[in-house]
Amino acid sequence: MIDNRDICVIVPCYNEGGNIVGVIKDVAAALPGACILVVDDHSCDGTGEIADKTGLAKVVTLPVNLGVGGAVQTGFKYAVRRHYRYAVKFDGDGQHPADQIIDLIRPLEEGWADVVIGSRFLVDDDGGFKSSFFRRMGIAVFRVVNSLLIRQLITDNTSGFRAYNRRSLRFMELHYPAFDYPEPEEVVLLGCNDFRICEVPVKMRERQSGKSSINVKRSFYFMFKVLFSVFMVALRPKIAVMPESEEVK
Amino acid sequence: MFIRFQIVAIIGSLIYLFIVFEAVRRRKLKEAYALLWVGTGIFFLILSLLWWPITYISPRIGIYYPPASLFLALFVAIFLILLQYSILQSSRSEQIKELSQESGLLRHRVLNLEKKIKQLEERAEKE
Repeated sequence: MIDNRDICVIVPCYNEGGNIVGVIKDVAAALPGACILVVDDHSCDGTGEIADKTGLAKVVTLPVNLGVGGAVQTGFKYAVRRHYRYAVKFDGDGQHPADQIIDLIRPLEEGWADVVIGSRFLVDDDGGFKSSFFRRMGIAVFRVVNSLLIRQLITDNTSGFRAYNRRSLRFMELHYPAFDYPEPEEVVLLGCNDFRICEVPVKMRERQSGKSSINVKRSFYFMFKVLFSVFMVALRPKIAVMPESEEVK
Repeated sequence: MFIRFQIVAIIGSLIYLFIVFEAVRRRKLKEAYALLWVGTGIFFLILSLLWWPITYISPRIGIYYPPASLFLALFVAIFLILLQYSILQSSRSEQIKELSQESGLLRHRVLNLEKKIKQLEERAEKE
């Protein structure tokens, strides 16, 4: 039986003032009792204050903008230091379905995965996912490259909707690729260091408001940069991982 | 005609790329900062292998000793890399300033809170 108080939902956000209240309320309704941690990546639209006013979330406001990787890693540090059993990465733009968080936690609770990815491509209609041609091409490239590097088929390497158990949390706290667009590199890092990864089907929504930070030009730059990073990660020796200890919160 | 120089340029480019890749693989250099190094290394390797762009362009820009063009390209590449690092340094300097200020303000708040806690404890003891 999953206790919601063991779950920390990490919501990294940058200028999501228009979406954050809806996101927090969705998560609070879906997982009463869970910790909702909003990591405000030095937004300039008052996202942190807006989140704090709901009274439903804890808010960490970063003093400088670190990018999504840095914000997420901050969330991991928080979750590890407060001894949460599970952490969920949940986007602040309203795309992720809060009612499916529990589907990501279940494989962790049952003990057959260390990281669970919510995949848009395990459902027949592409999980409600509509995107540009270039993004779809990038997703297809990472699917092939990552699956070859870790010798496991991962259908959605760019999904930010992920859940972690304590063992993978401690690893990510120290080694998370804390730069922009870390998701594909994270898959290879975990896969090459013997973490068990599984995927569950999820249905995502369109972004509720605001605009994505990734346009066509940046897409090419990120794809080239991330491909390079992914190959470098695969070439590195394994990192020594501590066995999971049963710490009491 | 410049075959020995070409061989040295190819070997030099390969060694340069190997050093950069090893630095990234050993986590001494982050991937994001290595891109320009890798890009220039690949560019010089291609120029060294093909060579005809050097012999074609050199006389058209007033350089009559083609290997000198490669050195010119190398200077331009180093300039661009140094410029990238100056831009990064400026950004990091601003971030360090912000973090130092935040740290100072937090320290002030913590010291104030400690003072208040001490006063409350002393008051509780007197009562």
